[in-house]
Amino acid sequence: MALEAKNLWFRYDRSQPWILENRNLTLERGERVALFAPSGYGKSTLSLLLAGYLQPSRGQVLLEGAPLPRRGVCPVQLIYQHPEKAINPRWRLKKVLEESGKLDEQVLDAFGIESAWLDRFPRELSGGELQRFCLARALMSGADYLICDEISTMLDVITQAQIWNVVLEQAEKRNMAILAVTHNQNLARRICSRVVDLSRE
Amino acid sequence: MEAKNESLLEIHDLSVAFRMYDQVLGQKDLQVISDLHLTVRPGEVVAVAGSSGSGKSLLASAILGILPGNATVKGHLHYQGQELTPARQAALRGTEIALVPQSVAYLDPLMKIGAQADGHRRPKPTEKRRELFRRLSLPEKTGKLYPFQLSGGMARRVLVSTALISGARLIIADEPTPGMSLDQALEALKLFRQMADQGKGVVLITHDIDLAFAFADRVAVFYAGTTVETAPAADFRAGPEALRHPYSRALWRALPQNGFQPIDGFQPYAGALPGGCLFAPRCPYKTAQCEQSPPPVREIRGGEVRCYHGA
Repeated sequence: MALEAKNLWFRYDRSQPWILENRNLTLERGERVALFAPSGYGKSTLSLLLAGYLQPSRGQVLLEGAPLPRRGVCPVQLIYQHPEKAINPRWRLKKVLEESGKLDEQVLDAFGIESAWLDRFPRELSGGELQRFCLARALMSGADYLICDEISTMLDVITQAQIWNVVLEQAEKRNMAILAVTHNQNLARRICSRVVDLSRE
Repeated sequence: MEAKNESLLEIHDLSVAFRMYDQVLGQKDLQVISDLHLTVRPGEVVAVAGSSGSGKSLLASAILGILPGNATVKGHLHYQGQELTPARQAALRGTEIALVPQSVAYLDPLMKIGAQADGHRRPKPTEKRRELFRRLSLPEKTGKLYPFQLSGGMARRVLVSTALISGARLIIADEPTPGMSLDQALEALKLFRQMADQGKGVVLITHDIDLAFAFADRVAVFYAGTTVETAPAADFRAGPEALRHPYSRALWRALPQNGFQPIDGFQPYAGALPGGCLFAPRCPYKTAQCEQSPPPVREIRGGEVRCYHGA
């Protein structure tokens, strides 16, 4: 029961440099791993590959031994660095959430999503508020693996602590695995049980 | 008037409201910043910390005069002792006052990085740009890339360099460090610190408050569209006992290295602000007075605090 990156290589084009070279990573179900590396080392690219948004140039991403499903809801959900770019700017937020199914009041409450926000457009909310929607959308889809690419970097520290406490609680309850990309070593120490440093491998 | 001459930027009683459509016929004003005070003196880095959605980025837009058309700004904005009128804002931005924008989407997706950083300046500041790129550990070839080829942290460093290249006397940096590794973030902050040490001013809007505490001279804490406390950064380094406002102390305690304990509740939404102190609904020390009228700004131990009970 794991999400595995096996001998992953990636570049955008033959004329471009390699971003990832022969990278291996295993994320066991229920495990919480922090992914460290200086910027430009391919952390976000690895996140995109693990969630199935990019196809590796060589190597494989395996979910419980098989390739990621090409249809339906992917059990690996990616939460991005920039929530404003992960939400359709012309949809009201209710519609954004409903894309992953029926609204789950418990999840909305846990993230402190107020009912008044549902009728608003994304540009009328702050980045921190939008990130709660992205997380709620992923959790409502029933994800088993959550790839968190700097998800709390744009949040104030109180909201960061609130959101991570909810994510950790939900992860525990659903036996969900978390891969957290972060530059904050203090945060990594708080939320993760294992650290992978791309620059030291 | 003397105080105004000394300061680079002085903001008094600033309020910003957005005119929005309400129901079918009516319009209403949504107040997003109220009674805000902030002063930046030459040589200072002033960090602006606080809640997401507390109006920090709107403050940056208000200073530069780039708020959307449905916004109304009231209050006093002074730059170098003179009022900052819309015409003056238009003349100064990009030369005297520069912005490091919050979103990496501010980069033109169809333009190579080098040309964007150089801007329309003649002669081209290519040498200065190379030096800045080196300091921020951006590889030499970055100038020849398009924004989509950069990682989030690289794009941020490019945004920082576009502001520093301008030679402005006042830099408004809106979340310049997310996505950067600790070393890179420290280098970027060092560049801001050096600018300030040359007599310029920096407003550093950030959620990396532990870094801000280390580099800033003063810290202004924002909550629900106003400043609840402005204090020397040393007080934030010292710990919660040295702070004056319960929200500042809550911020300190929510840091992963200081307990990771969030307080309950949420910042009130603009349009549904409480009548008295904006923090009262979440405050453990609130009294009847706090709920009746908003507390005035008081000076305590070399800092300013908007709280009846702050000590």
